[in-house]
Amino acid sequence: MTLITTLSTWIIPCIILIVLVVATWKKVPTYESFVEGGKEGINMAFSLLPFLLGMMVSIAILRGSGALEAFIEWISPFLMAVGVPADIVPLALVRPISGTAALGMTTELIQSHGPDSFIGRLASTMQGSTDTTLYILTVYFGAVGIRRMGDALKVGLIADFIGIIASIIVVSIVFL
Amino acid sequence: MVNLIWAFMAIVGILYAMFNGTMDQVNQALFEGADEAVTLSIGLISVLVFWLGIMKVAEEAGLLSLLTRFFKPFVTRLFPEIPKDHPAMGYILSNFTANLFGLGNAATPMGIKAMEQMKQISQSDKASRSMITFLAINTSSLTLIPTTVIAIRMKYESVAPTEIVGTTIMATLISTMAAILIDRLFHYRRVRKNKG
Repeated sequence: MTLITTLSTWIIPCIILIVLVVATWKKVPTYESFVEGGKEGINMAFSLLPFLLGMMVSIAILRGSGALEAFIEWISPFLMAVGVPADIVPLALVRPISGTAALGMTTELIQSHGPDSFIGRLASTMQGSTDTTLYILTVYFGAVGIRRMGDALKVGLIADFIGIIASIIVVSIVFL
Repeated sequence: MVNLIWAFMAIVGILYAMFNGTMDQVNQALFEGADEAVTLSIGLISVLVFWLGIMKVAEEAGLLSLLTRFFKPFVTRLFPEIPKDHPAMGYILSNFTANLFGLGNAATPMGIKAMEQMKQISQSDKASRSMITFLAINTSSLTLIPTTVIAIRMKYESVAPTEIVGTTIMATLISTMAAILIDRLFHYRRVRKNKG
């Protein structure tokens, strides 16, 4: 554990150190390059805003109305029938849609079942092994103005599904 | 498809609220969601400016092309559309590296930058083949060390907070490989359709 905490606190400063040492050695105008590169960031954040806002409002309406919860409740029996543990169903369904909601659910599952329970371990694994597909799509495509997404969403969602199934299988094999 | 999903989520939410008396919550959620998005975008400025600045220095120092050369055999196969020495490769690789180490806030700027470079190659507002591959790998999550999860587990006094690292890596490996396979499957389906 100490190794991982040390690693995660050391890694960013070390990256900066390496970049600056090499750049200075190669006579790159470091500060000027940094400023030049950084300028792009401001525009990016602003061009991202409407995409992010639109998507987040839509998700907020769905969650706020209670429709998302109702849907999860409705679909749970089907998922339980194929062996998905009941408590994990909401997390599995929310993970691709909303990162903050998923993190909240994981925290709640770990809190109520205990971090070392089967559900706690499963929630931890699931949280780490899939990502918020809708957010990534919105941010990456939004920032550069891609309007037609092609198969991206389909591929992402199927991969999420497989990731969730994989987490259940792997955690069952390792910890049961 | 994203148009449909976007409208669908809001329409279903509002209709559901009409019949279940949750209109108050919808009103509240609407503006909270908008607020949250602005906070998030503004909050992203610091991260974007910082990492894009550092990356620019790294690029000019030749560190990005070094990274690209190191992983060349692997990424040229994954992204056959991208010319071997194109800067897009460097950004794709730094995005992957940042993800692997759980540096979420460094991964996003590099991912956006990679997208920008790929858009320059395709010159269109339609997602290109390499963009879809890149997104598929990203959404399947490349985390080696899920720091946030470990932190939560520590907070709730787990006996072994890091014991899920192994299972996370295994599950990630499976979902990433699956993502690449599915991406290829969809790609060849598109190619066949265009010919036929």
